[in-house]
Amino acid sequence: MNEGTAPRGLVDRLLGLNAWVVYVFFYAPILLLIVFSFNDNDNVGIWTEPSLRWYGEMFQDERVMGALRNSLVVAFFSTIVSTVLGTMLAIALERYRFRGRGTLDGVAYLPIIIPDVTMAVMLLIFFFQAFGVLDDLFGVRLTTGLTTIALAHIAFSISFVAVVVRARLSQLDSSLEEAAADLYANRWKAFRKVTLPLIAPGVAGGALLALTLSLDDVVVTQFVSGAGSTTLPVYVFGLVRRGVTPLINAVSTVMLVASMILVGISLGFQRGAEARGQRLADPEGLLEEISTD
Amino acid sequence: MTAPPVTEPEVTGPITPELEKAASKAEARRGFLIALPSFAYLVLLFVLPLVLVFVYSFATRDATGQTVLGDWNLDSYKRLFSAEVLEIFVRSLVLALVTTVICLAVSYPFAFYIATRTPRVRNVLLVLVMIPFWSNFLVRTYAWRVILGSEGPISQLSQLLGGEEFRLLFTNTAVLIGLVYGFMPFMVLPLYAALERMDWQLVEAARDLYADGWTAFRKVTLPLSMPGVVAGSILVFIPALGAYVTPALLGGARTVLMGDYIVSQFLAARNWPFGSALSFAVMFVMLLATLFYFRAGARTV
Repeated sequence: MNEGTAPRGLVDRLLGLNAWVVYVFFYAPILLLIVFSFNDNDNVGIWTEPSLRWYGEMFQDERVMGALRNSLVVAFFSTIVSTVLGTMLAIALERYRFRGRGTLDGVAYLPIIIPDVTMAVMLLIFFFQAFGVLDDLFGVRLTTGLTTIALAHIAFSISFVAVVVRARLSQLDSSLEEAAADLYANRWKAFRKVTLPLIAPGVAGGALLALTLSLDDVVVTQFVSGAGSTTLPVYVFGLVRRGVTPLINAVSTVMLVASMILVGISLGFQRGAEARGQRLADPEGLLEEISTD
Repeated sequence: MTAPPVTEPEVTGPITPELEKAASKAEARRGFLIALPSFAYLVLLFVLPLVLVFVYSFATRDATGQTVLGDWNLDSYKRLFSAEVLEIFVRSLVLALVTTVICLAVSYPFAFYIATRTPRVRNVLLVLVMIPFWSNFLVRTYAWRVILGSEGPISQLSQLLGGEEFRLLFTNTAVLIGLVYGFMPFMVLPLYAALERMDWQLVEAARDLYADGWTAFRKVTLPLSMPGVVAGSILVFIPALGAYVTPALLGGARTVLMGDYIVSQFLAARNWPFGSALSFAVMFVMLLATLFYFRAGARTV
């Protein structure tokens, strides 16, 4: 239907030109970075000949590998915890009425709006103060490290997961879940067999978002990481501030490829969701499937 | 359809209002319990830290840079109105506004173009927007440092053509380019969502009533896409105002923005009370901007 209203002639051609310019603007810097990561020269901007030299150096660099390991460990725990907590939050907000729901609704969206610099400041002061209190009361001396980074990442990821899962939940007909609950007479089983499979694409999408947020974060991590607990983006950030090197191009390319794989997976989930959405158009058939399960 | 064997739940008595009330009470308790873990987490690691920053903004800093919780005062807030801070603040505000306007001006026709393609083409074009949107922000900003640097392709081209070494890195323009590049996808996606959801038959109706293309756009399409304009503008303006990575990598000593100024109060200057006050000032402006935009959006829709 939209095609019929597409502007014709000159206007449409100008719109097309604008789109091309935007895509070139989006991709030229990324492609340049990737191309120059395969350049065998100490100088970033001068092309000599293709080589995998910087990738070799990257895998030999203990600090890069250590930072990568830290990033993966933090992202693993942060994604699992924030996905579980965010999904529970989404279900509670979307499917239940209880006292304090309005307040929680407001609080749950704040971490999305608040800029990461502010979030970083908040968590730095919090951990500093909390460690002081723990030291005074119990004589326990704690320092910042991978645990505080993971705790911080969970704090800002819960809300993003909740938003994605909630969007999925709000599209679903709750009568389907109610019917399932009637059939099973057991809420947990109804949840596991009906609600969870139906919201699975949303949960997966939320988890991928949490994973991406954790793997990408620089600002908050920089504030709550301790000595020897740098993540890959924080380490790269420190390197970049000192100057541009081909090694950073290689590390950056690896990070870009990782992001693109995550986009691919996420889009795959959306496709799956659409296919399942068609099954939803036939709720009676679905209920039948459930009850004979 | 073959009816599945369903065992009726046993009803032992009439459903009384008391029974219904108890059921809804149990339901509310269940909802609360499901929300509790996330709620507790957010209170401990979000609300409490927010309160702490507020408390710190009234504290004093001793000669060694330690924060003294006591001797509460408004010094940090008074310093917000010093010439130095106001200059940084105005620069951040202007850069964030210009970024938002550029993003909107370029993204609207862009999103319009995507939304008016055939579904197959539309999906491909959209995926091509999603890829930079999901890509690592630091890496994307770093790419511009390479491009704009004195050894970068633009500089080399200009020298090849007999020009001078190209100097754009560490200027406001470089920061602006980085901000537009970094946040543009945040503008495109809500605009596209609004345009795609729109009932295009209304545009056709306007055309049938002899409105020309421009009038139909101005009277129908633009007002209907306003929610996307509002959402996109907020999503660009707020992170642009608090940006830290972009000015840190592309800006210089004379292009300090609020984001890196706040960070320097904690990591370099060790003036936590002042940094806390700065954080609150930024949050206040963001809150105002959000409220203003929502009201403006609500009026036009």
